[in-house]
Amino acid sequence: MKRVLTLAALVLAAGSHTTSASAQTAAKAPDPALVDAYMKSTFGKAPPEWQARIEPDETLKTCNAYHNEVPSAEADKITARELARVVYPADGKFLGNWKEGAKIANNGRGGQFSDPPDTVAGGNCYACHQMEQKEVSYGTLGPSLTNYGKDRKYDPQEIKNAFTKVYDSQAMFACSNMPRFGVNKVLSEQQIKDIVAFLFDPESPVNK
Amino acid sequence: MRKTVIRSAAAAILVLCAGSFGSHAQDASEKEIERYREMISDPMSNPGYLAVDRGEALWSEARGTKNVSLETCNLGLGAGKLEGAFAQLPRYFADADKVMDLEQRLLWCMQNIQGLDTKDVIARRFSGPGRASDMEDLVAYIANKSNGMKIDIPLSHPKEQEMVAVGEALFYRRGGVNDFSCATCHADDGKRIRLQGLPNFSKPGKPAQETMGGWPTYRVSQGALRTMQHRLWDCFRQQRWPVPEYGSDVITALTSFLQKQAVAGELNVPSIKR
Repeated sequence: MKRVLTLAALVLAAGSHTTSASAQTAAKAPDPALVDAYMKSTFGKAPPEWQARIEPDETLKTCNAYHNEVPSAEADKITARELARVVYPADGKFLGNWKEGAKIANNGRGGQFSDPPDTVAGGNCYACHQMEQKEVSYGTLGPSLTNYGKDRKYDPQEIKNAFTKVYDSQAMFACSNMPRFGVNKVLSEQQIKDIVAFLFDPESPVNK
Repeated sequence: MRKTVIRSAAAAILVLCAGSFGSHAQDASEKEIERYREMISDPMSNPGYLAVDRGEALWSEARGTKNVSLETCNLGLGAGKLEGAFAQLPRYFADADKVMDLEQRLLWCMQNIQGLDTKDVIARRFSGPGRASDMEDLVAYIANKSNGMKIDIPLSHPKEQEMVAVGEALFYRRGGVNDFSCATCHADDGKRIRLQGLPNFSKPGKPAQETMGGWPTYRVSQGALRTMQHRLWDCFRQQRWPVPEYGSDVITALTSFLQKQAVAGELNVPSIKR
């Protein structure tokens, strides 16, 4: 019975897309074991810790299966699971140093196989978001964050939400394209506080 | 000398887009880049054609324990037939019982026809300063023989269908410390990363056709001819995935999927890009 419902949901989800590509996919998605065999042939010689990074967790398995367009029941499961993974600062403070946050937002280093292993990773926020207005080299994969704090009247709940979003984007939005910076240990708690300050400090150029 | 001139011209245009125009004049700078591309994308000024010439010599050079050339290598359309072969790759090869892209097939022919130990060829898979790449040169030469033809990969064999289906699954497979997949950057229209425009490969059409119709390419910023093997290697680097094995199945699967999205796109290679 449950299987029938799931199938119905899949058909509905596929039908609602206008592109035929995603509709076809739901119908003939290859066996996961087959995909794993391909993965092994291409990445099987990588160091074990690198291979572990491309092993999808429960959340990513769902995102992959639905090409990120998850039905609401699955989305609820994901946000609940990911919210439980967020570790909030013990001191209850979400705002760090916006000047450090500005540097982190502009730093795209870290995590690439060409990076020295001890590279301190940045958030690379500008790759996808507009932030302070004088920076013209910004991407458009994510929404503009210009005046982010000012537009939210520096509301404490919004500050906490921003910390949550940077720590684990999928705690706020299932299958968000944004990295889960805290959960995946790309950024430290202090770095995340600095980015939140870059968004919310009234002195930050994001709000000027 | 010629390389330096082209590089500085490209640098000047990059500076122009980043500096004086800014994002608001994105369209204008895109047009400038397009004009620049047209200006230099003829065989007389594209250094990628030097690779084509080197590839032609390599194709007919006797090598390996059998001391024969590659001229009897079957790239899908018959032994030694190069015209149009690249437009129909990757494809299934019965002798190897495998779907292969051009590079996998060339390695197979080197090993099986020439008896060549490909260790050195694979070590030089990507050229660098003072280090030529046989594979890049051969791909440039062979791909160029499909110029003006339309991408048309065969999909009748079950293994060809499997390759495309797995390629599509891999296109959406997220991973690495940043949870990135190909689709993170390439599943929407009109997006860019920093100032770089991102083609949408999630559906068949012009962005896929123009992209796949333009590889292999001469990369001005790298001063080298590059193939799709290198492009996808670099994508995985930026995706924060592990180093992919050269000429392996994930690369071929993604290439097959991209070729399917690009069907009917016209080849004009080697092209020249940033």
